[in-house]
Amino acid sequence: MAKTFSKGGVHPPENKLSANSAIQIVPPTNVVSIPVSQHMGAPSSVIVKKNDQVKVGQLIAQSAGFVSANIHSSVSGVVQKINTIIDTSGYKRKAVIIKVEGDEWMENIDRSAQIIRNFTMSSEEIIKRINEFGIVGLGGATFPSHVKLSIPKGKVAKVLVINGVECEPYLTADHRLMLEKGEEILIGIEIQMKAINVSRAIIGIENNKPDAIAHLTKLASSFKGIEIVGLKVKYPQGGEKQLIKAVMNREVPSGGLPIDVGAVVHNVGTAFAVYEAVQKNKPLFERVVTVTGKSLSKPSNFMARIGVPISNLIEAAGGLPEDTGKVISGGPMMGKSLNSLEVPMAKGVSGVLIMPDNESSRRRQAACIRCAKCVSVCPMGLEPYILMTLAEREMWEREENERIMDCIECGSCSFVCPSNRALLDYIRLGKGAVGKIMRARKA
Amino acid sequence: MTELQIIIATIVSVSAIGILAASILYAAAQKFKVFEDPRIDEVEDALPSANCGGCGYPGCRNYAEMCVKADTLDDLYCPVGGNDLTATIAKILGKDAIAKAPKVAVLRCAGSPEHRASINVYDGAENCKVASALYSGSTGCEFGCLGLGDCVVACDFDAIAINKETGLPEIIDEKCTGCNACVKACPKLILELRKKAKKDRKIFVSCINKEKGGVAKKSCAVACIGCKKCQKVCPFDAIVVENFLAYIDYDKCKLCRKCVDVCPTNAIAEINFPPKKKKPVVAKEVAKPKVVAKKSVDKTNPTDESK
Repeated sequence: MAKTFSKGGVHPPENKLSANSAIQIVPPTNVVSIPVSQHMGAPSSVIVKKNDQVKVGQLIAQSAGFVSANIHSSVSGVVQKINTIIDTSGYKRKAVIIKVEGDEWMENIDRSAQIIRNFTMSSEEIIKRINEFGIVGLGGATFPSHVKLSIPKGKVAKVLVINGVECEPYLTADHRLMLEKGEEILIGIEIQMKAINVSRAIIGIENNKPDAIAHLTKLASSFKGIEIVGLKVKYPQGGEKQLIKAVMNREVPSGGLPIDVGAVVHNVGTAFAVYEAVQKNKPLFERVVTVTGKSLSKPSNFMARIGVPISNLIEAAGGLPEDTGKVISGGPMMGKSLNSLEVPMAKGVSGVLIMPDNESSRRRQAACIRCAKCVSVCPMGLEPYILMTLAEREMWEREENERIMDCIECGSCSFVCPSNRALLDYIRLGKGAVGKIMRARKA
Repeated sequence: MTELQIIIATIVSVSAIGILAASILYAAAQKFKVFEDPRIDEVEDALPSANCGGCGYPGCRNYAEMCVKADTLDDLYCPVGGNDLTATIAKILGKDAIAKAPKVAVLRCAGSPEHRASINVYDGAENCKVASALYSGSTGCEFGCLGLGDCVVACDFDAIAINKETGLPEIIDEKCTGCNACVKACPKLILELRKKAKKDRKIFVSCINKEKGGVAKKSCAVACIGCKKCQKVCPFDAIVVENFLAYIDYDKCKLCRKCVDVCPTNAIAEINFPPKKKKPVVAKEVAKPKVVAKKSVDKTNPTDESK
């Protein structure tokens, strides 16, 4: 039987509509807005001024601390202004607005298609490069990659786990990347293995992508220490704790990190970005994004520059359908619906999903009938109905005892609830409040 | 033994055990007696028993204990009972009562749909805290009222209700005790407790938008744009403009209404005032539109207006 994680999980309809459409390049628009907080951690500090000339790949905002990331220009042109705009987070945040002129890249970026296999950098140099080139986790959480690769004192990394699961329905960005940039990804993995000094890497891929498994298995024969594991299709296998359980059969302790069981988890997209940064001198300013939806005429995968408005990508995929109910950044399970189509592309946007009206609106919430379906699907072994009630009543201390901070916000509980209860909404609220209390206690 | 003897023996022995147990319990009760000031009960009886927490203590009993324990009643104030109650408590305890100004909650947002167009539809849980943790709101103004009614739920006195037309909560002054529960419940910090003036008259800036004038005005027609006109016209230095937002200090304000006249966006609310005297010359032509304009300002509290 195929491997998977043990606790809970659901299997929503896969709907991988864009699985067969190759990655296309979308040209940048006339004006792009590059948000300064595209990653987890402190927002970067802007280092360009109005009317400054910038080139593609030029640093425009500097990392503001260890858990933060550099941001590079995705276009060449003139800085129009530094303004606040609504970004994918749903809030007004600072962004650098650039008027595009031509497409002039920084001289040191290698734009040839040639694949470079050998690298000579040491572990420290690789981590420094990843930090400088603004690479963050491209699975969606956008956690700065250099932080994950810097192993804390007293811990030893044994395995690099690579996430090619893509368990979110609809999304195919990682799938296409594995098919089209397989060798680059494997080199990126090799580089990361060197960075954390391990000799073994495992790529976990769900069995609904047999072509990707076959392709990478064939390529991996010429790489030492990289193995590919096919996994049973189950959501949320792409959560790092679930993936570790599936491929290594180890359980990350409550409140712990993957490194506690000797694992470091990265996404295939991140591995590709690492390859480009180290071998091609290319900072992270574009990424693969799936633009999909049942009513969309051309569900596609695009290589899109950061800062391009989402509306532009939808246009390239055939235009906004008439029955649109919600436009979601990310997948249907964990994604966040956007409050404007002019929201710019960011490092964490793995997909743009257009949901028809009849599927996207919430159904009326009824009382909890204690069926415990949410308990049986929770991959972290929590009791979502209790967490929701406690959050409604603002009982934060009990909330903490019920291990609310272990919640990975996968949304499986809300997905199965027959009473359509807004479980995750309240749990997220509780996590915010409890997290604040815990940080205050530490300080 | 005959049956009668058995019955008598049982009665005697059970009574003996009962008397013995009772005397042990009595002795224990006397030995471990906790002395409680009888005045606590007296004060508690005088309290409104709302257990709202408006005084800052977990319940009415706790507040009563604090009243008895404290040296003065200066820092203790029950907003529900008000000054009358403080006087009663002072009489019971033989302490001095200091009169405090009663307060009432006001909503510092006038962004009804006609002033503040909706740019998206919120479809999540009906809870202001959930919505504000999720995104900036369904209108262009990220500071304004979400209208999902956390304050209504928090109010123990039925003093707040959402007006269906404006989508904003309304505070009923007679019922509002100023217990602060709604102020604490609002994630956007829109509600504020302000001093109750004569005849429930109120002047306050009905906006908390801290964005630059142009941006604020674009998102809401009745936003404070920070033009400082009110600051200049105020004869009592009661108005401060900070971060493009005016704030009227209720301790300094003398309710002269000069600021209301100069405000270009009608962001300053005047409530429970009689209509202004019209200038006699063009009285007839001007009279009608003026009344209409005032209504739109007054909409934060139509119940009072109807009086």
